[in-house]
Amino acid sequence: MKNSYFGEFGGCFVPELLMPPLLEVEAAMHDILPTEQFQLELQNLLHDYAGRETPLTHCPTLSRELGFDLWLKREDLLHTGAHKINNTLGQALLAKCMGKTSLVAETGAGQHGVATAAAAARLDMDCTIYMGAEDVKRQAPNVSRMQLLGARVQSVESGTRTLKDAINEALRAWITSQQTTHYCFGTAAGPHPFPTLVRIFQSVIGKETRAQMLDKTGRLPNAVVACVGGGSNAIGMFDTFLEDTDVRLIGVEAAGTGEPGCFNSAPLNLGTPGVLHGSYSMLLQTNEGQVEPSHSISAGLDYPSVGPQHAWLQKTGRVRYGLVKDANALSAFQRLCRAEGILPALESSHALAWVLDHPHEFASGDQVVVNLSGRGDKDMGIVNQVLGQKSQGVEA
Amino acid sequence: MNELEQRIREAGANHRPALIPFLTAGFPDTSSFWPTLMELDENGADIIEIGIPFSDPVADGPVVEKASRQALSDGVNLRDTLVGLQERKGLFNAGIVLMGYLNPFLQYGFDNLAHDAAEGGVHGLIVPDLPFEESAPLREALKRKNIALIPLVGPNTDVERMKLYANSEGYVYVVSVMGVTGARETLPPEVVETVKRARSVFHLPLALGFGLREPSQLDAFPAAVRPDAVVFGSALLKHLEEGGTAAQFMARWH
Repeated sequence: MKNSYFGEFGGCFVPELLMPPLLEVEAAMHDILPTEQFQLELQNLLHDYAGRETPLTHCPTLSRELGFDLWLKREDLLHTGAHKINNTLGQALLAKCMGKTSLVAETGAGQHGVATAAAAARLDMDCTIYMGAEDVKRQAPNVSRMQLLGARVQSVESGTRTLKDAINEALRAWITSQQTTHYCFGTAAGPHPFPTLVRIFQSVIGKETRAQMLDKTGRLPNAVVACVGGGSNAIGMFDTFLEDTDVRLIGVEAAGTGEPGCFNSAPLNLGTPGVLHGSYSMLLQTNEGQVEPSHSISAGLDYPSVGPQHAWLQKTGRVRYGLVKDANALSAFQRLCRAEGILPALESSHALAWVLDHPHEFASGDQVVVNLSGRGDKDMGIVNQVLGQKSQGVEA
Repeated sequence: MNELEQRIREAGANHRPALIPFLTAGFPDTSSFWPTLMELDENGADIIEIGIPFSDPVADGPVVEKASRQALSDGVNLRDTLVGLQERKGLFNAGIVLMGYLNPFLQYGFDNLAHDAAEGGVHGLIVPDLPFEESAPLREALKRKNIALIPLVGPNTDVERMKLYANSEGYVYVVSVMGVTGARETLPPEVVETVKRARSVFHLPLALGFGLREPSQLDAFPAAVRPDAVVFGSALLKHLEEGGTAAQFMARWH
């Protein structure tokens, strides 16, 4: 294996039985992915099927209120409603080129599951999605969407019955099915080569943003902000800007309900280094190395670890990682709806909330980009539940 | 010769496969774990693998995972298990192996682990999520205390990858199925090929595991490639859970 580490983080901590398929994916990443034919096919899919490029939208109302220019990278406008499709189309196409006929994937809230199911349907592949039993209950509409798209949804009853257990089960399934099946991993975490592979497919976000910013303003943004769960939308946004050292990069983790000691999804801020799902990275764990349950109001950020490159970017100081509580994300969600007529995903609302809560971080005339990684339609259930009591009835 | 290899060779000299039961620490419950371990030892175990519980056991099937989760909720941990072994050092005839996922070992510290394991009479470690590429730091820490890091190979491990592990000590754990731990009705036919391939690479004894539940499953092997040892975990845990004794289970294999 080559370059499986980011500084001291990363690696490939998996059973020996998973090494051959991971080496196969690594080889495909080096040999197939860069070819002109692959790139052309992927471009076509991203453009004609997924809806790239996505707009960079200026927010006039919020910019006026904040005193600096706020821009949104509109990944929410992509097919299936989030940036996830960038990665699933890439991996599905790569798997197809590798001669695989099936995809297996994990999903938490269901967004990656839906995006994988769509890519599988589009490319005529078989698809099985593992989803924690808790999430199956909480995210019933996405279960139906996956099934309509032709995927089998396997409810996972083990462990905490959420995303991390779905990953365990998908890895177990992949041990058995590796001959015919590619594991379409959903975020820039997990064993090598997934952190790199997923970053490559998501880096289109940052590339477009950089070009659009130069086109619209003639200069690079002062700051770029993205939410971090596993970290795929963030690394996709940051990657292109890593060398632009004048551009501040800010990742935002989910602090959960926010009281001291509460369950959270902030391993970079509140975790310690450890190994989960094949990767040495920051991790929410006990002193004895048992993985702690995570929590966030946004299911897409609800993961106890984080991609290893983020752990490294934090350590080197290139990216700053902030924290946003459930309640602040919810306020940002509402504020964007009213101010700009855009309904953001609760995940992306964390990134927006960090900017809204830290206006003093930016100067008048600054250009600040928030990656709006997904749309919030999927969150209506939880939003209504939380805001339910306060909401006004429909006017007669 | 490593202690573990020696136990298996001794069984071979008596024309029988060495018996390697696997028991999750704290199973069937915290008070009967140590007596059960003793009972396995007194009833013919050549080596005993003690499972160190982990919250996310990706290589395990439902039986071991459930035992692991139960152990964690009962407060079982690596430190107490090592202390328990230190208190009983010298009482076991069998070789002692710890089997567990990397992170609890990593958080304990590899040098501390090697030291405390040696004090507890541990002869080897099996770490199912530690492929060769990532194994050097732990292997070196263990080597300083003369503890073997037992490699796992399986049906999809080709000769080239097997050779990476050729300098190992103790024994080689041959995974019989493309899957997780747990008893199967029958072993897949390719298991014979896997064992043959491992024979061609390793000078070490081969222990077959994952999927074993009764001795007749070994009948498929031509005498020349019959594994030197057999590991049984899930089948034993199930037997104990259903109220059977360790002695009864071991009697099947004699």
